[in-house]
Amino acid sequence: MKIDFEHRQAAHCESGVTRNLLWTASNGKITEPLAFGIGAGLFFVYVPFIKINNGPAIAFRSFPGHIFNRTCKSLDIPVISKKFRSKEKAQVYLDERLNEGRAVGCQVGVYYLPYFPKEYRFHFNAHNLVVYGKDGDNYLISDPIMEGTNIMDSYQLERVRFAKGALSPNGHIYYPKENKEITDEQIKQAIKGGIKKNVYNMLHIPGSFAGVSGIKNTGLKIKKWRDKLGLEKSGLYLAQMVRMQEEIGTGGGGFRYIYGAFLQEADIYLPGNQLAAISGIFTKAGDMWRTAAVHAAGIYKGRIGSQEDFNMMGDYLLEIAALEKSAFETLKKIKWA
Amino acid sequence: MPQDLSSLGKITKEVCYATDSDGKYTTALSSGWDVKITALDTAWGDIAKRIAAAKQQVLDGKASPLLFFMEYRLMDTAIVAGYTGFWQWQVKRHLNPGVFKSLSDQKLQKYAEAFNTSVEDLKTMTVHED
Repeated sequence: MKIDFEHRQAAHCESGVTRNLLWTASNGKITEPLAFGIGAGLFFVYVPFIKINNGPAIAFRSFPGHIFNRTCKSLDIPVISKKFRSKEKAQVYLDERLNEGRAVGCQVGVYYLPYFPKEYRFHFNAHNLVVYGKDGDNYLISDPIMEGTNIMDSYQLERVRFAKGALSPNGHIYYPKENKEITDEQIKQAIKGGIKKNVYNMLHIPGSFAGVSGIKNTGLKIKKWRDKLGLEKSGLYLAQMVRMQEEIGTGGGGFRYIYGAFLQEADIYLPGNQLAAISGIFTKAGDMWRTAAVHAAGIYKGRIGSQEDFNMMGDYLLEIAALEKSAFETLKKIKWA
Repeated sequence: MPQDLSSLGKITKEVCYATDSDGKYTTALSSGWDVKITALDTAWGDIAKRIAAAKQQVLDGKASPLLFFMEYRLMDTAIVAGYTGFWQWQVKRHLNPGVFKSLSDQKLQKYAEAFNTSVEDLKTMTVHED
């Protein structure tokens, strides 16, 4: 079975899958940054009463699945999305789609993903890849974060499609129902909608867990970690934050660089709205997240660790919160030219 | 663009977004960054400690080998329950060494599958690199 599909590597799995699935339909116009921005992918959330891998639940991106759905919806592309209770039915459904000559997106867990290095295997269930063919019992896999393509046999694929734990995929499969031509006008509207949604997510979600108030609140909390958790545990917490921020899939700087790239591309579609200039603020925010990460590394490596160091760590986040607040307020005030 | 070789870097380089000298965004491939390599090392260092502590508890007769494999596979009771089909309270009960010894092979097989190991290795806390 050979399906017309080209593997392209990306920084982030979901925006990469979105771009790769929409590549033909969009004539190559929907790039990874555009998918990320239209899908309102940028986020920050820290939920203190949930633990992930014995550490804090911190994310720098919006909820899994939102990017693909939002991007398709705002480009008026109908989406088929299915979950399954039965593993057999999930495989039959996948095989039928492949037989129709469709490449499809699948949500998977990474813990039992055979081609991932062991060090990267955690019970993270919101990874995304494309299945684009089958050869005997082997499925052809395009994982956007990998340079090349991979192969999984039916048992291996079933295992990751039915990974267990938080956000378990339940065989989740998704694809654009039909290839529709995407016009520049649609892209322009979608960009505006994506920015508007992201402004809301970062500025207006009530409570102090999410958005810029979440960053600020986390900064204040970090200052208390040393007393509250002890040096070793707070080091672990900071290491987890840095991993969520910089690890594979983020494009670096907690997705802030991808968002900066999005605004630059958006500026070409919608000139005269200062989007390129605002992009620069996100580059700066990404740089600041990285500076904070270097400081955090000093703590978890045990090189530094005084209360003063924790205060400084917290202050980095307060500064970032203020900067990103100003960036999103500027985006909010745009009177579209 | 940092190029510190990570365990991932040996298998694939990763795409990062960065600005060139004109401030224009482009993508570049990175093989890793020291700051995040040590973040990952820190996490695995902690996991190694948890595995060792679990092993000791099993050897001391305070827990069943289930605890060891749960730490080894980074699983909490919810994840184990998901993979095996047991209820969480059953999993917790099976952490008791006495109860674990009385489990049927059929039940042990479910655990072995969840941990990607054999019943024999499960009982003896034997792991193979995979």
